[in-house]
Amino acid sequence: MKHGRPHLLVMVLLVAAATLFGRVLPTWTLSLATVAASNALIALGIVVLARTGNVSFGQGLFFAAGGYGVALIANAWGITDAVAQMLIGAICGGLLGLVIGPLIARYSGIFFGMLTLALSMVFYGALVKSTALGGSDGFNVGRPSLFGMIFTDPREADFMLYAVSVVTTGLAGIAATILFRSELGLVSLAVRENNLRVEYLGLSANRIVTINFTIAAVFAGASGAFALMAQRHIDPQFAYWTTSGEFVFVAVLAGYQSVAAVFVASLVLELVRSFSNLYLPNTWQLVLGVFLLGVILFLPRGIGSLWIRDGRKLIKPAAATPIAAEREAAL
Amino acid sequence: MNPVLSVRGLDKRFGAVVAADALSLDIAAGQKVSLIGANGAGKTTFVNMVTGYLKPDSGSIALDGVDIGRHSPRNVARLGISRSFQIPQLFIGLTAAENLAVAVSGMRAHALSFYSPAAAHGRRDKAIELLERFGLADLADRPISELAGGVRKLVDIAMALVRRPKLLLLDEPTSGVSAEEKFATMDRVIHAVAPDAATIVFVEHDMEIVSRYADRVVAFYNGRILADGDPHVVLKDPEVRRYVTGGAQ
Repeated sequence: MKHGRPHLLVMVLLVAAATLFGRVLPTWTLSLATVAASNALIALGIVVLARTGNVSFGQGLFFAAGGYGVALIANAWGITDAVAQMLIGAICGGLLGLVIGPLIARYSGIFFGMLTLALSMVFYGALVKSTALGGSDGFNVGRPSLFGMIFTDPREADFMLYAVSVVTTGLAGIAATILFRSELGLVSLAVRENNLRVEYLGLSANRIVTINFTIAAVFAGASGAFALMAQRHIDPQFAYWTTSGEFVFVAVLAGYQSVAAVFVASLVLELVRSFSNLYLPNTWQLVLGVFLLGVILFLPRGIGSLWIRDGRKLIKPAAATPIAAEREAAL
Repeated sequence: MNPVLSVRGLDKRFGAVVAADALSLDIAAGQKVSLIGANGAGKTTFVNMVTGYLKPDSGSIALDGVDIGRHSPRNVARLGISRSFQIPQLFIGLTAAENLAVAVSGMRAHALSFYSPAAAHGRRDKAIELLERFGLADLADRPISELAGGVRKLVDIAMALVRRPKLLLLDEPTSGVSAEEKFATMDRVIHAVAPDAATIVFVEHDMEIVSRYADRVVAFYNGRILADGDPHVVLKDPEVRRYVTGGAQ
């Protein structure tokens, strides 16, 4: 851990560089990068949760909770500030995660995944039926501002949203890196490996899953706020299962070993989607599917395994017992 | 002197199978008690009930006078009973030191840090100190998946020791260890656990290990206690020889 601080400093500089890089990006890529950063944020939450051995197929629930929460508060109280909207989205997602987390943490594996999916679809159904929330059509919100500044130039507005989403996602990435290296991060991996032994050591596996679940919900809520700000419209599609599935795709592509991989995976997925949609408009889903299959086949541990290699496999197997080891040493 | 563990009238049935039949047992501080019996005699069921994994159908289990019969394994561990397993229950993808560090984190379960590195605040030092006691310090940074069965067994026992338990339950500590190494391994276990666990209960099938290391033997048969006492007396008991050891000594 001696190298932790310089590494974090590099990450801060990378976030700053990525933000400033937006100044020279073509306008059309700004919105693409904003979506990629927003998707990376929610996928990062899925990775945080996956470290406990659980995958949520229903993060659309918190994505929609964040989006609808921001939209309703923005329209009711006239809050247009992008940072405030992001925080409101994170709080809405986090509060819902705190309510659902302790209930769902008792399940694991496919049951956990299916329950999250079911809850998101219940929420979707409620949104579709709710006329007060615009039903299946949803409703619109105004253009976001930043610290009192209103952006009338579309490029400036796009850059502002790009900058806020990249900084937020970058800071979330730094926080996740610290979390992964922390005591809680290590114990989370232990829960994934053997939750019964964790209990025998005096730890509560459910509590650890709940904490990670709530962190994932916070990230999803903030991501929902960004999606709302980018589209300036919200509808029940935010909670639909295909929306949740896309975020799981990003997490699967990234693997759970690297925070940076989540950002790369999200950006690559958006690029593949955009270009295949542009050049192969009728078969772009096929291209996307082949791309995903390729990554799963050739990088089963995700894109992160390209730069995080497990050098432990090169080590000679240890002797059967310490006594045998002493004998080997004596020979 | 009050016993560390006091079990009274413990019953447990799995359908028609009687795994515990009115078991009553006191274990005093400082004893090294060996539980013996054929497969299915009820030894592991007893260990599972004492550690909270199984709830008894009836009867009571008290640790230092506190009823723990309905507590979860987590609470039982916090109150002072730790265990190791016949098949080591480890975190395969983590290193030996990380496994121990998780056990050290179990000491402060309500205050897990979100930001302090996993190896900080003496967690790694404590892990290495325990591994050193078992002669495993050189393997601290090896993932468990690369360690052999005998080493895993010792790491499993080391993890159970982290809490300095009042009562340490070892489920077949030498199973999987070769005949020529079993005494050396058990010597190492007894020496390593001595500073932290004054009272040890170990399940064992090897009567040579039992007679050498136990100062009391409890023989199980069909969920009942067949004999209980000094190893040299119990192991010569005709019923124990007939139903448990098969004449071995």
